[in-house]
Amino acid sequence: MIRFEPRAQPSLLLRIAIPMVAALAALLLSLIILALTGAPTGRAIGLLFAGAAGSVFALTETLTRATPLILTGLAAAIAFRSRLWNIGAEGQLYAGALAAVAIGSGAIEGPPWLMMPLVCLAGALAGGLLMLGPALLKAKLSVDEVVTTLLLNFVVLLFVQMMLEGPLKDPMGMGWPQSAPILDEAALPKLVAQMRLHAGLVIALVAALLVASLQRATVLGFEMRAVGGNASAAGFAGIPVAATLVKTGFISGALAGLAGAGEVVGLKGYLTSDLSPGFGYAGIVVAMLAALEPLAVVPAAIFIAGIFVGADTMSRSLGVSNYFADLVVALSLLCVLVGSLFLRYRLRRVGPA
Amino acid sequence: MIDALEILLQANFWAAAIRIATPLIFGVLGALICERAGVLNLGIEGIFVAGAMAGWLSVYLGAPLWLGVSVAAVTGACLGLLHGCLTVILGLSQHVAGIGITLFATSAAYFGYRVAFPTVTTPPRIEPFQPLGLSFLEAVPVIGPALSQQTALTWLAFAATGATAFVLAKTPLGLAIRAVGDNPASVDAQGLSVAGLRMGALAAGSALMALGGAFLTMSAFNAFFFGMINGRGWVCIALTVFASWRPGKALLGALLFGAFDAYQLRLQTLAGGAVPSQLFLMLPYLLSIAALILVARKADYPRALMKPYIKGER
Repeated sequence: MIRFEPRAQPSLLLRIAIPMVAALAALLLSLIILALTGAPTGRAIGLLFAGAAGSVFALTETLTRATPLILTGLAAAIAFRSRLWNIGAEGQLYAGALAAVAIGSGAIEGPPWLMMPLVCLAGALAGGLLMLGPALLKAKLSVDEVVTTLLLNFVVLLFVQMMLEGPLKDPMGMGWPQSAPILDEAALPKLVAQMRLHAGLVIALVAALLVASLQRATVLGFEMRAVGGNASAAGFAGIPVAATLVKTGFISGALAGLAGAGEVVGLKGYLTSDLSPGFGYAGIVVAMLAALEPLAVVPAAIFIAGIFVGADTMSRSLGVSNYFADLVVALSLLCVLVGSLFLRYRLRRVGPA
Repeated sequence: MIDALEILLQANFWAAAIRIATPLIFGVLGALICERAGVLNLGIEGIFVAGAMAGWLSVYLGAPLWLGVSVAAVTGACLGLLHGCLTVILGLSQHVAGIGITLFATSAAYFGYRVAFPTVTTPPRIEPFQPLGLSFLEAVPVIGPALSQQTALTWLAFAATGATAFVLAKTPLGLAIRAVGDNPASVDAQGLSVAGLRMGALAAGSALMALGGAFLTMSAFNAFFFGMINGRGWVCIALTVFASWRPGKALLGALLFGAFDAYQLRLQTLAGGAVPSQLFLMLPYLLSIAALILVARKADYPRALMKPYIKGER
């Protein structure tokens, strides 16, 4: 008979290996599904890898796509660590993007050294403020934050559409519901000539470092972990649980808002209501693949980004729907969830009782 | 102003209210059964999508309507069992498992749709359920004609409400389901299987959720669209708390919500272009949040909700 036994402290090797095995398992499962649809699986794998990492262009595209995913992944990781279930990164991302275009497309003018930080801060602030509502409701009235953050995603997207058809509509946009372009002074510089990769990646990497040191080296980081470990015990020990949840919520929302601002001022240059192909939800998968470790969020985001970019290439060449990428991402979440079991337990053969 | 009030007397308005409420009735009942057994099923949004897609596709491929409904229900039940394997058997996080099921079911349905119809731009249509046209109801003012415009699936939703209420309140099975959500150890002590009851509740609840999706593609509309579920599942989770986990209140809550939604749609036409349409479209989501805030203080969650039960562990 085989039995589950609790494991004291999983080794570092195991903590790195399990998400990787889970990601590979998800990829394998998706490829089996792909094979069942009759697609040429061998070519599909080749195209997937070539599209994600086969050339300098492919690599920069993957890193471009990873930029918002690092930030939404951090947003989920920091919130989940305190057991604050912020599923609203998608909405916070749009709030950040909206704030960035609201002030970056001509409302105020200034030199680049002022405009660039300003639009990014505006985005972070908007995302943070949006998450403040559900976090306060959770902390003060114990209103379930899962539902409020999920529902707000729809509200924010409608609000963005309303703004894009109203006050923020580009007068030169020939009737399309899109915002006026970002001023050149507010646009983030490109990192590689001729490619789309932009300085947002640097911001995302710095954010990962900051979140990691926040969690490791500050009182707030300790309080966050304590609240996530056992909220009532933390409260008993004198940790301000409500205040910690609210602060966590604000930081989490700000990270997602920054992702939205970055997409606008780094990549697109203007805002449309289809800015994000689900970066907020994919951020949850990134965070889980990273086992909620801020620094591990970076490779996890690059993996998920590679799947998205590779699947685009694959779908263009083979005519396979690029919903394939969403399938891999969803299965990654389920696989890593099952994998997390092996961090806490070990399988042991026991003789007949 | 008069116009705005006259709407309430139109049979068509109430017919629309009931039509909007129907998928929510299925969804809230499903969520309620799962939660009464102690499992939060956030797979609901994806199960709606999968049910909508599976039922509609079967009918499109030539199955009779009721077979399509059964396919949807079985699809939902399978996803519920998958949820159960993760959360009940393995005791993993119900939040993450639920989001995972939603992402998986949604992407699988969308991917499946694109495999079946790689190039179509206008969605293929089926012959949906027709209104039953129960003529004996027509004599009742306003509500009578509104009810006679409904299809068999709406009546199934009403019947499911009654059946759920009866089973939960009056039968030993219902007692066991409620107990397993409040105090699983007591159920275990009785010699009943905690895992079995929870898995059963997840399968049944998820099947109901899938019927909610199937109603959309097979009765309210006649085709499958991307994004057609549009948060209905999450609204159901909010309504479940609002209904304090009671089937009767769930029906009432869903109908109230349907009436409100139908009302804002009519106000929208009444307002012409004076108010942005998105403002009206936001209202249902904001209403759900408001409903949640309203009851949050006195919400009496099933006591073992989201707590995995491991035999012999305290």
